[in-house]
Amino acid sequence: MDYVIEMLNIRKEFGSFVANDNITLQVKKGEIHALLGENGAGKSTLMNVLFGLYQPEGGEIRVKGESVKITDPNVANDLGIGMVHQHFMLVDTFSVTENIILGSEPKKGGKIDIKKAEADVRALSEQYGLAVDPTAKISDISVGMQQRVEILKTLYRGAEILIFDEPTAVLTPQEIQELIQIMKALVNEGKSIILITHKLKEIMEVCDRVTVIRRGKGIGTLNVSDTNPTELAELMVGREVKFTTDKEEAKPTEPVLEIQNLVVKDARHINTVDGLNLTVRAGEIVGIAGVDGNGQSELIEAITGLRKAESGSIKLNGKELINLSPRKITETGVGHIPQDRHKHGLVLDFPIGENMVLQTYYQEPFSKNGILNFNQIYDKARKLIEEYDVRTPDEYTKARALSGGNQQKAIIGREVDRNPDLLIAAQPTRGLDVGAIEFIHKRLIEQRDQGKAVLLLSFELDEVMNVSDRIAVIYEGKIVAIVDSKETTEQELGLLMAGSKKKEAGVTS
Amino acid sequence: MNVGRFSGVLIPLLAVVLGILVGSIVMLVSGYNPIEGYSALLYGAFGDPYYIGETIRQVTPYILAGLAVAFAFRTGLFNIGVEGQLLVGWLAAVWVGVSFELPKVIHLPLAILAAAAAGALWAFIPGILKARFKVHEVIVTIMMNYIALHVTNAIIRSVLSDKGFKSEKVHESASLRSDFLQSITDYSTLHYGIIISLIGAVVMWFLLEKTTKGYELRAVGFNQHASHYAGMNVNQNIVLAMVISGAFAGVAGAMEGLGTFENISVKGGFTGVGFDGIAVALLGGNTAIGVVLAAILFGSLKIGALEMPSSAGVPVELVDIIIALIIFFVASSYLIRLILTRLKKEGK
Amino acid sequence: MDFLTVLQIIIPSAIFFAAPLIFTALGGVFSERSGVVNIGLEGLMVIGAFVGIVFNLTFADSLGELTPWLAVFVAMICGAIFSLLHAVASISFRADQVVSGVAINFLAIGLTLFLVKKIYGKGQTDQIQVGFDKIDIPLLSDIPLIGPLFFANGYIPSYIAIALAFIVWYVIYKTPFGLRLRSVGEHPMAADTMGINVLKMRYIGVMLSGALAGIGGGVYATIISRDFTHATISGQGFMALAAMIFGKWHPLGAMGAALFFGFAQSLSIVGQSIPLLKDVPTVYLLIAPYVLTILALTGFIGRADAPKALGIPYIKGKR
Repeated sequence: MDYVIEMLNIRKEFGSFVANDNITLQVKKGEIHALLGENGAGKSTLMNVLFGLYQPEGGEIRVKGESVKITDPNVANDLGIGMVHQHFMLVDTFSVTENIILGSEPKKGGKIDIKKAEADVRALSEQYGLAVDPTAKISDISVGMQQRVEILKTLYRGAEILIFDEPTAVLTPQEIQELIQIMKALVNEGKSIILITHKLKEIMEVCDRVTVIRRGKGIGTLNVSDTNPTELAELMVGREVKFTTDKEEAKPTEPVLEIQNLVVKDARHINTVDGLNLTVRAGEIVGIAGVDGNGQSELIEAITGLRKAESGSIKLNGKELINLSPRKITETGVGHIPQDRHKHGLVLDFPIGENMVLQTYYQEPFSKNGILNFNQIYDKARKLIEEYDVRTPDEYTKARALSGGNQQKAIIGREVDRNPDLLIAAQPTRGLDVGAIEFIHKRLIEQRDQGKAVLLLSFELDEVMNVSDRIAVIYEGKIVAIVDSKETTEQELGLLMAGSKKKEAGVTS
Repeated sequence: MNVGRFSGVLIPLLAVVLGILVGSIVMLVSGYNPIEGYSALLYGAFGDPYYIGETIRQVTPYILAGLAVAFAFRTGLFNIGVEGQLLVGWLAAVWVGVSFELPKVIHLPLAILAAAAAGALWAFIPGILKARFKVHEVIVTIMMNYIALHVTNAIIRSVLSDKGFKSEKVHESASLRSDFLQSITDYSTLHYGIIISLIGAVVMWFLLEKTTKGYELRAVGFNQHASHYAGMNVNQNIVLAMVISGAFAGVAGAMEGLGTFENISVKGGFTGVGFDGIAVALLGGNTAIGVVLAAILFGSLKIGALEMPSSAGVPVELVDIIIALIIFFVASSYLIRLILTRLKKEGK
Repeated sequence: MDFLTVLQIIIPSAIFFAAPLIFTALGGVFSERSGVVNIGLEGLMVIGAFVGIVFNLTFADSLGELTPWLAVFVAMICGAIFSLLHAVASISFRADQVVSGVAINFLAIGLTLFLVKKIYGKGQTDQIQVGFDKIDIPLLSDIPLIGPLFFANGYIPSYIAIALAFIVWYVIYKTPFGLRLRSVGEHPMAADTMGINVLKMRYIGVMLSGALAGIGGGVYATIISRDFTHATISGQGFMALAAMIFGKWHPLGAMGAALFFGFAQSLSIVGQSIPLLKDVPTVYLLIAPYVLTILALTGFIGRADAPKALGIPYIKGKR
């Protein structure tokens, strides 16, 4: 057995938390090996150990049969291990070349030989078919090119073993196909690849073997040809997994949210939302599908008052909302589960109880004449905590101490309790475990069944297809298509998300 | 982590202990006797009614300066401009105290209010620059300190006196001094300002913890984005925080102008009260009660220090060194927490 | 008095007032580019001024002409050592960097005055006897009109300051060290993954700032104040910080801003000799540098271009 990488019985602790509990991973030369697990299972931690960013408390690492101690990324690099990070490790203000050569700069006299560096980058880029512009600044290039720069960083240092950490999170289905081709080409050139992912379809498509990790423990290694997505999902989660949510037919009634010709500019005075039309009715869930960067975040910000809109109309039950203050919009009947729960959703250093009245503290009964009524505030908090199964020692605990899932549940409880006519959920299940995800999906459907209008924004196509009744595809700031969730496929959505038009005529509202 | 529950009190306490320890090392290394030095310190602060009176008097502006810095800190701002806000407050208080003849029940509060307004105004500028233009308040407030110094000196020379070095004495009706207090403390400069500063502490506590405005200020201090989304006007709250902070600082100046000195004189440099206020706020954990306790500590240190040159030969600056060290240790609380957890693990 | 004479008074004094600011601002660039806020530049200048004067007073008799140079050199070393406190607190102990910087300022003033009283028995030192000489730069000072204004009759350290700005620019933008330093201030985690020792780079950045601020303080005390009191350094460190921000963290920008502030400072001192300004009340000239600093910061949108990771302690493993 020719193993190029062996991680044997690796143990990694952070304080009392055991992130990797005696995990064994063996990668053959020339294979694409998947490391599968849920969010927080310990896959990234394990790879950070391999890459030298963390030191394990126990276990052994062997590279090409020899036992090694990888004390920092330089050692990993020397051993031929390179990592393509999930969150790109790129300096925005530097050029493509500067990012690639950082730490191994070619020198002439005392200074960096930037000409040689750029030539080297060009040569490498041609050899592997990774198109980049060596002189461009990172902040000016596309996400796809940024990822190629990440890959080139590893190849520049002569990596033989490449670790890809969740590389497809920010790509369209088409770009994912391109990446798969790149990976196959790398393997043809003799490289070995470890692919960290929780996307079952990708594993089935491109990997040779898969190792499953669950809650820090290694569950087993299988040949991909011997297994299937259902089995993998159950191994990953530890129990039977339902891929679709149970829900009844939607019974939509009148329009609640009507957006017409909305235009929103970004910092560079470009229209990120470019004449957008959309309607959401009471009793339905509309999901917005699109690749990150096509205006969906700005759309949500405009509806909730966090961003100024240039022109157009946003009506809630006939009332014009456009460019009103966030408070007025909330008072009119909009609830919002924000994309970034730590940034917009909670004041982490406030007790969870005080967070529950974040939008209502100035109203009775929570305050009167400017003086807060803490009895009322904490009564309400207790009620919500129980109703929404928020696991916390008590209502006085700081929000920071709660897990992501419980923080999100608290936010949902707060928003739903205000009884909004329109509930906006932006990336509501990002970073959460399966139990929390199921809970949140149930709640969204519950709201829909109670006659609310729900607008769902998510980058996980599965979630959008599962939960929504209708799906609106956003591309370059416009809604380019609206499809029934039961009648569409991932392929169709992928094409629409990348800009190809539906065969039928135009956009429906 | 259990350490967390006690670290609120433990860390400042440890920081003080460490500061005093290092202070003794400094004394030893410089050839002084730490025991003599600290004894002189203690005596100089509490040794007899005169000293106690002086200590209480010194603590008074420290409380208010500490409240000013702490209030700003709680709302996410670093107000290093207390020195300047204090000076303009002092000037305003004395100006009112000297220029009018009114019954005490009007004159005194008026003078104090003038001081608060002046300090508030002086802090308004860095506040609005931060809110609107995102200019960091640290540099602006420091610049405003120097501007305040020169401007108040110029006004003293031209308006409050005739090219002289100090103003006239404020009228009795605007003074905080009292014969009664003087008599029980052997003719120290103790005045009624201490009551005002304690009231100030209560005001800060009530404002921040019990009112909707306080809720907003705290929220903005912790997370501007969430506050904005929750409907709060972030810019307005930033400016308000600085203005209230400046008002506290201005009143601190009034304490000096209406109580300690009963006039204002041209200054060659800063009083130091504003900078010490930063130490007080940090040590007091930015809470009202913490500030009061820390102010008492620092006031005692400063007055006690005056005794050190004559009794133990130690220069008064030693206390400044100790104070600086305490700030260091409080700021490096991560280290202290680390030591505590290490100790806890070994104790098991 | 004609315009040329006015310039002849203002420009040389602007340059030598600016020199300490340039040194210190360059120090600030190193520290902040590596990601560490250094409010303590003021205190580090105090240390530099103190050491510069005390060394000079102590050794002037034995070292003669060389004294001021050695004094500034020792001031540089002391500045670097003192800045270690800030480095350790901010980098290893993850203290709030602004607070740590403020503590440095307190400590520097307290310590230096303590020592002055101990050594000299009074609140200020005597005046130094041996200072820096003025020179004319060969060739450049012969250029008609601008020659005598800019390149003649100037103190050597002033010219060194300007030259240093260009050297620092080269180091930061053209050398591997500079690239790595900047990466640590913009995206320390990326630098870490490329094998760069983030903590070490930040220590170097802070110590360089201490060294340069020490030089700045030493030069200021030796040329301008010629003695050391509690008021010797009064805001110059903060002005250097403002110059750095005004110059957008770029060595040449910082130098330009420092020259501008030096100009403002010199106006307040030499204003009396200039007919135009003689009648302006002193107070306006005194506050001019500070007001200009505030206006400059406001007009040039403060911290828009700061290094992205500025002020955030780097903790390995934090995601």
